[in-house]
Amino acid sequence: MSALQTDVGDIEQLSQEDRERLALTGLEVGMQNRCGSFFQIDQNVIQTTCGAEGIEMIPIKAALEKYDWVKDYYWNAVSRDKDKYTQYLAKQESPQGLVVIAQPGVKVAMPLQACLFLREEPVQHVHNIFIAREGSEINIISGCASSWQKEHGAHIGVTEIYVGKGARVTSTMIHNWNPGISVFPRSATIVEEDGTFLSNYVCMQPVNQVNMYPTARLVGKNAVARFSSIVVATPGSTLDLGSRAILGAEHTSAELITRAITTGGTIISRGHILGEKDNTRGHIECKGLILKDGIIHAIPEIEGTLTGTELSHEAAVGKIARHEIEYLMARGLSEEEATATIIRGFLDVKISGLPAVLQAQIDAAIDKAESGF
Amino acid sequence: MLDISDLHVNVDGTEKLHDINLHIGQGETHILMGPNGSGKSTLLKAIMGFGGYTITSGSIVFKGQDITGMSIHERAHLGIGMMFQHPPAISGLKLEKLLAATSHLGQDAIEALAQTVNMEDFLARDTNVGFSGGEIKRSEVLQLKVQQPDFLMLDEPESGVDLENMSLMGKEIAGLLEKDVHIVNRRRSGLIITHTGYILDYLEADQGHVLIDGQIRCHGNPREILRVVKEKGYGECLRCKQM
Ligand SMILES: Nc1ncnc2c1ncn2[C@@H]1O[C@H](COP(=O)(O)OP(=O)(O)O)[C@@H](O)[C@H]1O
Ligand SMILES: [Mg+2]
Repeated sequence: MSALQTDVGDIEQLSQEDRERLALTGLEVGMQNRCGSFFQIDQNVIQTTCGAEGIEMIPIKAALEKYDWVKDYYWNAVSRDKDKYTQYLAKQESPQGLVVIAQPGVKVAMPLQACLFLREEPVQHVHNIFIAREGSEINIISGCASSWQKEHGAHIGVTEIYVGKGARVTSTMIHNWNPGISVFPRSATIVEEDGTFLSNYVCMQPVNQVNMYPTARLVGKNAVARFSSIVVATPGSTLDLGSRAILGAEHTSAELITRAITTGGTIISRGHILGEKDNTRGHIECKGLILKDGIIHAIPEIEGTLTGTELSHEAAVGKIARHEIEYLMARGLSEEEATATIIRGFLDVKISGLPAVLQAQIDAAIDKAESGF
Repeated sequence: MLDISDLHVNVDGTEKLHDINLHIGQGETHILMGPNGSGKSTLLKAIMGFGGYTITSGSIVFKGQDITGMSIHERAHLGIGMMFQHPPAISGLKLEKLLAATSHLGQDAIEALAQTVNMEDFLARDTNVGFSGGEIKRSEVLQLKVQQPDFLMLDEPESGVDLENMSLMGKEIAGLLEKDVHIVNRRRSGLIITHTGYILDYLEADQGHVLIDGQIRCHGNPREILRVVKEKGYGECLRCKQM
């Protein structure tokens, strides 16, 4: 294991503006509250360091060379031929990205951070693999951002997550792009018996488009998956987002929760739960607020194939009710304060089991976006 | 404290209040009675400044200032507060977040106040979401205890409240109106809408008014008005204006 670096080395070279942008995606430059850190600028890995016993963070290229077995996890949960973006990634001679391996029973509450920064190149490609062995628990915060002066570009990322028996993986992704950047994450998770997968996604800053539909396959009994998304579409942004859970073993359950706000952009909020085993449960909840004319299109799908599955969904899209604003005004808040207070409540999704530092990161992203409402 | 002169209020293009005149002095509490739909809530909402309650003529003067054109929160800052009959449920907004946002109180102070109205277990719940009738009233009283308005408007504080809660509500409302302070030093005033008059078991009121079809028909001693309405119904008040 390499010695723990106490700061993010080359980040010193970044401009103040870029550092602030990164801080908003969860990057802790000083490494307080982080037990490990991976930092990739464009196609260059500039830092990989981990101070947690029993957890290995290693660039994917090195991982494939070091461990023969890693190839079994490479293009396994996600298929190479899924679409043109995965095909593009599969063609890369030199894959970039991060592999995290948590040894059996190792539990680390403090998050690992993975920072993916798009600075100069037209396309950043990333392939991550997170492996949580039996009984392990890890929290990963992925911050993805582009340089403040980067006008156009694309980020294509594959993330394959393997949650072992009784393991628990919390993956929190915070995006902070620019109006000309297009983003195509392609990720999938396999959850074994008694495993728990929590996925949190926050995107509240302008972007050209984000297009993703991550899937969790619950293949072992009692496996649980929960996807929570908090997104804001500003004018010119198109967020085509979804999440899918396949309840492929008995007593598995999944929950897909979305809070979407448009201030003029377009949000398509998809969701799909497939119940194909007995004693399975799934719920989709999408709430949308239209603050300024824009589009929120909720497309929840629930699909059951036998009597022993119980699936439901609820979706609501609208504006803030006038009488709610006036109620708070009668308590002394100005119209703007009342509106912001209601929006803050709207976005306050209960993500139970989320470590305080991750919640603080999400709150910070919300605070930052809120000043623009 | 409050002077309403020749007030006419439209809702949805029809006049709902006609020529209202009302004077409430500092330290006074007034009772407002009247049949359902007579315009009692409309009067309170017009005083608070809600959208949709258009003042077509007349004026509302509060603490010497004409507030007729002021926004709701400016009125709240001047010291007007209101207990809603049907407050909205705000999904996502925790009651404690609402209380923190509308005051400078810290968490400890908020918790201590919540305990006085048995609302400590509701602080972490979404405001008014799934609250029972009594819980809604206690939530309203708690918000007003945080706000501490000088002029308090209560829209049917008894409705939906059981006996035990009524006693708590009555005492808390009396406290908000500084009923424990000698009349000479009392600064707070109130306007209370009631059908039953139960609230008079907990506090003294100085004057009563009866609103019928958008017009104030009687002024007088609140207990006497209550007795007449109970015995003879509101028809008696219709005659009273003519006397
Ligand atoms: N927001 C509103 N929109 C339409 N009509 C209203 C509104 N508020 C009150 N009204 C009407 O005005 C009249 C008086 O209502 P209200 O003041 O609530 O009566 P009260 O409180 O005396 O029972 C009723 O006919 C009611 O239907
Ligand atoms: Mg009423």
